[in-house]
Parts: sequence; structure tokens; C-alpha cells
Amino acid sequence: MILQQLVDSLSLEVLTEGADLMRGVSGGYVSDMISDVIGNAREGQVWITFQVHLNIVAAASLKGLSAIIMVNNRRPLPETLQRASEENVVIMTTSLPAFDLVGLLYDLGLRCR
Amino acid sequence: MTSSSEGTFFLTGKDFVKAGTASGSLKRVLEDMGVPSAVVRRAAIAAFEAEMNTIIYAVAGIMHYYVTAEMIKVVIQDMGQGIENIELAMTEGYSTAPDYIREMGFGSGMGLPNIKKNVDKFMLSSVSGEGTTLEFIINLEKT
Repeated sequence: MILQQLVDSLSLEVLTEGADLMRGVSGGYVSDMISDVIGNAREGQVWITFQVHLNIVAAASLKGLSAIIMVNNRRPLPETLQRASEENVVIMTTSLPAFDLVGLLYDLGLRCR
Repeated sequence: MTSSSEGTFFLTGKDFVKAGTASGSLKRVLEDMGVPSAVVRRAAIAAFEAEMNTIIYAVAGIMHYYVTAEMIKVVIQDMGQGIENIELAMTEGYSTAPDYIREMGFGSGMGLPNIKKNVDKFMLSSVSGEGTTLEFIINLEKT
């Protein structure tokens, strides 16, 4: 699966300019704790979170995550978006709460493990 | 892989804008040296967690790295509140982070355990009220 398929299927709003939506998606991870993501998310997963501050970009970049998906219409701070563009981290948002988004991602075949 | 490299980054407490840039730079140094990507990731994760600890808990600190054909060694030394009880600090889930840090998604009590999991040798020493020194080594010669 690639990011573009998620965007099309779930009407996600892509926020980073020039985002590479051909990037593969190997699964998903949900957490609002940075060290939990660093310890337990896997390369190529999408990260579903409520966090919007700058430091999530470094975490996503370190782990080689496919994209960050913000829930409940959360929007990144401007500096977060700028850093994300610099580091090639894709950020998207959805009006759905995490529970519903994860359910739909699961239906599409994504798993955590 | 090119032979060896050494360098220092300066860390400023509570600077959440620059936070992560030292470990990000270290990651690029290792990539440029041709260190295998799985090893780069382990080093970058450990360095990031250690860097964030300095940003969150200390006034200032330095991250010094030293890379040879055999190993990556990183020392993070800070001036700050230090750690009163290292054994407790190493316990998963234990954290002394204030609420505003937790709201940012830090302070889950997983940072130090994450570092330990990703490195081959881990040393932590601290003087309460003065500061903390964390040193880790990742071996490079294993195939």
C-alpha cells in the first residue's frame, strides 16, 4: 500500500507541500507519547497522533515512518510544517477521531505487527 | 566506510525548537560515513532520547561523538538537576517530568530504557543537583 491510496480512500488532507505520496505504508502505530513511538513503531508505518508540536518531526524522521496523521482536525504548528518539509516527513490531518481512523485503516488491511 | 570521525554538539535546556538537531546531525554523519542503516538508526534513537533528556531536565549540555571502525561512542554530559535514583530512573514508566512536558508527549518513562535497548554498552552517572553524564557504545565490527 502507498500513502496516495490512504489519502484517496479516507479523504485525508495532506499538509506538507510536495509530499511524496508514492511512499509505501507497512502498517500503523497510534500514540501520543514520543518515546513510545521511538521504542515501538516500525519503519514505514503511519503514525496516528494528537500531537502537533515540532519534536514529532524528529521522531518520525528517526524512525523512518511513512507519515504522521493528525486526528480530530488537529493542525501542526507552522514551524512543525516547515521542519517536516525540510526533513521529508509527510504530515496529514483528518477530522476523524483516532478510534475511527484506526478502524478504517485496519479495514484497509493495515496492521501494527 | 571512512575511517573515523569526532565532533561535539551543544545542547540548550528548554530549547524545544533546536531539540533533535544534534541527534539528527549525528545521524547524517554516520550515514555519510557509510555506517549500516540499522546501526545508524539505533545510534540516532539513543542519541535523540539522551538529547531530549538534556533539553527537558538540564540547563545545558554537550553531546560528543567518536566513531572508529570498531564502534560509535557518544557521551552526553549536562549541567542540571541530575538524577537522584538511577535505578528508579531506569524503570520503565517512571518519570519526573512536569505536566507541560508530558503534554508534549515526553515523560513517558521510556527514554532511558529505549537508550539501553539500542546500545551495546550503557553507562549513566549523576550527581543530584549538578548534572548527569550518559555514555553509550555501539559496536560496529559485528556482521
